[in-house]
Amino acid sequence: MADHASAVAHQFDDMEQQLDASTFGMWVFLAQEVMFFGGLFLAYTIYRGAYPDAFREASHHLDLRLGALNTVVLIGSSLTMALAVRAAQLSRSRALAGFLVATLVLGTVFLAVKAFEYHHKYVEQHIPGLNFHAEGPLAGPVQMFFVFYFAMTGMHALHMIVGAGLLVYFIVKARRGRYSAHYYGPVEVMGLYWHFVDIVWIFLFPLLYLIR
Amino acid sequence: MTRTNYLNVQYGVRSWLLTTDHKRIALLYLAAITLFFFIGGAFAVMVRLELVTPQGDLVEAETYNKMFTMHGVMMVFFFLIPSTPAVLGNFLLPMMIGARDLAFPRINLLSWYVFVVGGVIGLGAAISGGVDTGWTFYAPYSSTYTNTAVITTALGVFFAGFSSILTGFNFIVTIHKMRAPGLTWFRLPLFVWAHYATSVIQVLGTPVIAITIILLAMERVMRVGIFDPKIGGDPVLFQHLFWFYSHPAVYIMVLPAMGIVSELVTCFSRKKIYGYSFIAMSSVAIAVLGFLVWAHHMFVAGMSLYASMVFSVLSFLVAIPSAIKVFNWTATLYRGSIVYQTPMLYAFGFIGLFTIGGLTGLFLATLAVDVHVHDTYFVVAHFHYIMVGGSVMAYMGGIHYWWPKISGRLYPEGWARFSALVLFVGFNLTFFPQFLLGYLGMPRRYHSYPEEFQVLNVMSSAGASILGVGYLVPMVYLVWSMRYGKPAPANPWSAKGLEWNTPSPPPTFNFDQTPVVTEDAYVYQKADEEVPVG
Repeated sequence: MADHASAVAHQFDDMEQQLDASTFGMWVFLAQEVMFFGGLFLAYTIYRGAYPDAFREASHHLDLRLGALNTVVLIGSSLTMALAVRAAQLSRSRALAGFLVATLVLGTVFLAVKAFEYHHKYVEQHIPGLNFHAEGPLAGPVQMFFVFYFAMTGMHALHMIVGAGLLVYFIVKARRGRYSAHYYGPVEVMGLYWHFVDIVWIFLFPLLYLIR
Repeated sequence: MTRTNYLNVQYGVRSWLLTTDHKRIALLYLAAITLFFFIGGAFAVMVRLELVTPQGDLVEAETYNKMFTMHGVMMVFFFLIPSTPAVLGNFLLPMMIGARDLAFPRINLLSWYVFVVGGVIGLGAAISGGVDTGWTFYAPYSSTYTNTAVITTALGVFFAGFSSILTGFNFIVTIHKMRAPGLTWFRLPLFVWAHYATSVIQVLGTPVIAITIILLAMERVMRVGIFDPKIGGDPVLFQHLFWFYSHPAVYIMVLPAMGIVSELVTCFSRKKIYGYSFIAMSSVAIAVLGFLVWAHHMFVAGMSLYASMVFSVLSFLVAIPSAIKVFNWTATLYRGSIVYQTPMLYAFGFIGLFTIGGLTGLFLATLAVDVHVHDTYFVVAHFHYIMVGGSVMAYMGGIHYWWPKISGRLYPEGWARFSALVLFVGFNLTFFPQFLLGYLGMPRRYHSYPEEFQVLNVMSSAGASILGVGYLVPMVYLVWSMRYGKPAPANPWSAKGLEWNTPSPPPTFNFDQTPVVTEDAYVYQKADEEVPVG
C-alpha cells in the first residue's frame, strides 16, 4: 500500500487524476504525431498525383510478400500489447512480462524484415542519395518515390525502435512487479503509443505497396 | 524570519539545473530568451545601421542577408515563440488554476534543455558563418544554391520547435486535468484560455514544420528533388508546408499576449471584464481560423486565383475575433476606475499598436493591394506592429505586472513608466516610417536603396536606437529590484486570481492548501464601491 501511495507524483491529488492526465497526455502527443506524419503523407499524395506512372512503376520494386508479412507481424504485436495492458490491469505480473516480451519479439521481427528490405534496395541500387540508379524518362520521379519510401518507412522504423527501447524498460519493471491493478497507467500509455505506430504502418502499407 | 519560498528553498546551480518546479523553469526560460532577445537585437542594430545611408557601405550584401536572416530566426524561434508561454505561462498557469505544478514537471524541464540545445545549435550556426535565406528558408535557394549554414540553423529551429511542442502539450493536459475544485472552464482566467488556444496551435502546427525541415535537409544533403523544380520538385509545396506552421505561429506569438492584456485591462480598470465568454471563445476562434489562412503569404507565388480568393476571405475572418477582443477591452475601460500603473501603460500600447498592425493586415489580405505591397517594407512594418508593438509590449506589461509575484520585490514605478513611454515612442518612430517606405515601393531585404528613401530610413534607425534604450532600462532596474526593490506584498495590485492568493514569492508547491473556487473570474468592484481592506 505504501508503494501505491508513492506511485502518485506530488503534483497530482490521487491515482485517478494521474492516470487520467497521463492517458490524455499520450493522446495529445499522438495528435502531434498525426500532424508530423500528416506532412509526409501530404507531400507523398501530391507527388503521387503529379507522377502517377512513375510511382506505379516504382511501387513494383517493393516486395509485396514481405510488406504483407510485416503487416501481419505488427498487427500481432498490437494484440500482444493489448493483452499486456489487460494483464497489468488484472495484476498478473508474469503474464504481463510475457506479453511484453512477445510484443518486443514481434517488433524486432518487423525491424529485421525491414532491414532485409532496405538491404535489398541497396543491392538493387535504389537508395536515393547513396547509390540510386535508374534508367529512362521516369528516373527522376521514380527516385522521388524512393525518397518518400525511405522517409516514411524510416520515420516509422525510428518510432518502432523508440518503442522497442521503451518495451525493454517496461519488461524490467514488470519483472520486478512494479505494475498492478493499482498502478497500470504507464503500461496503458505505452500501449497507446504502440498501437499508434502500428496504425501508421496500416496506412503506409497500402500507400507504398498495394496501390499499383 | 524569512518564509521559505521557491527561490530560497535551495541554493546552488545544481538546484536550478535539476529543478522540476515550474516557477524555476520559467526563470530558466527567462534567462535564456532574454539572451536570445539581445542577440537578435544586435543583428537588428546591424540592419538599421546599414540602412542609415542609401549606399551599401557598412556591410556587403551577403553579410546584410545574413544579418536580417539571423535577426528573424533568433527573434521568431528563440524569443517570440517561447516568450510569454514558456516564461509567464509556465510560471502562472499552475498557480492560476490552483495546481501544485504542471501535469508533467520533468517534461517541462526537458523542454528547457531541448530549447537550450536548439539555441546553442542556432548560435553555433550564426557564429560559423550564419545563414542568408531569410527566416523563411524558401527552397530551392535554401536546399540547392546557398552555401551558408542552412542545415545547422534548421536543426536549431527543429529543436526549438520540439521544445515548443512539449510546452504546449504540458499546458493542454494541465488545463484539462489539474484545475482546482470549483474552477470550471468558464471561470478560468482569460490568460489561461489564451494559453489553451496557443497550446493547441503549438501541438498541431509545429510537427508540420518539423517534417518540412527534415524534407528540406534531405534534399540539401542527398540532392534528391522534393522542392527543387530542376529535379522534379515543387517549391510552392515548401511554401505551403512552411506557412501551414508559420502562419499559426504568429498566433502562438500574439494569443498569449492577448491573454496578458485581458488580465491587465480588467485589473487596472477595477472592473469585471466586459464579455468574458466572447474573449475566451475568440481565442479559440483565432486558433482555429489561424490554421486556414496560411496561403495569404503566397498570393504572388503562382497559386490559383480561386485558392487566393478563398484564402483572402478566410484571412478577413480572423479580423472578427481579433476585433471582438479589442472592443471588449475598450468596453471594459468604459466607466472603469482606470489606474495608470506601468502594466496598464503597456496594455494601452498593445491595444493601439495591435489595432494598427491588425488593420494593415487586412490591406495585405486584399489580393490587389497585396500585389502592390508584397515584399515591401509595408509588410515588415505590419508584422512588427503585431509582434513587437503587440506581443513584446504585452510581454513587458506582463513581466511588470507579475514581477512582484516572481521576484517578491516591487520594481521602481517612475523608471518603469518612463521606459514604457520611451518604448512606445521609439517603437512608432522605428516602424511607422516603414509603412510609408513600403507603400512608396521600397522592397525589403536589400542593403541599398534609392536616395529618396533616406529621410524615412534615418527616422526608422533613430527610432530603433530609442527602442534599444527602452529595452535596456527595464533590464537594469528589474535586475536592480531583485536585490534593492521594496519587498512585495502577496497582492500589490489588489488583483483577482488565485496567483495573488499565495505569498510573493510563492512557496514551492504554490499553495499550502488546494484552493476551492466559488466565483467567476474578475469580480472587481469599482473603486467607489470598494470596501477598504485591513
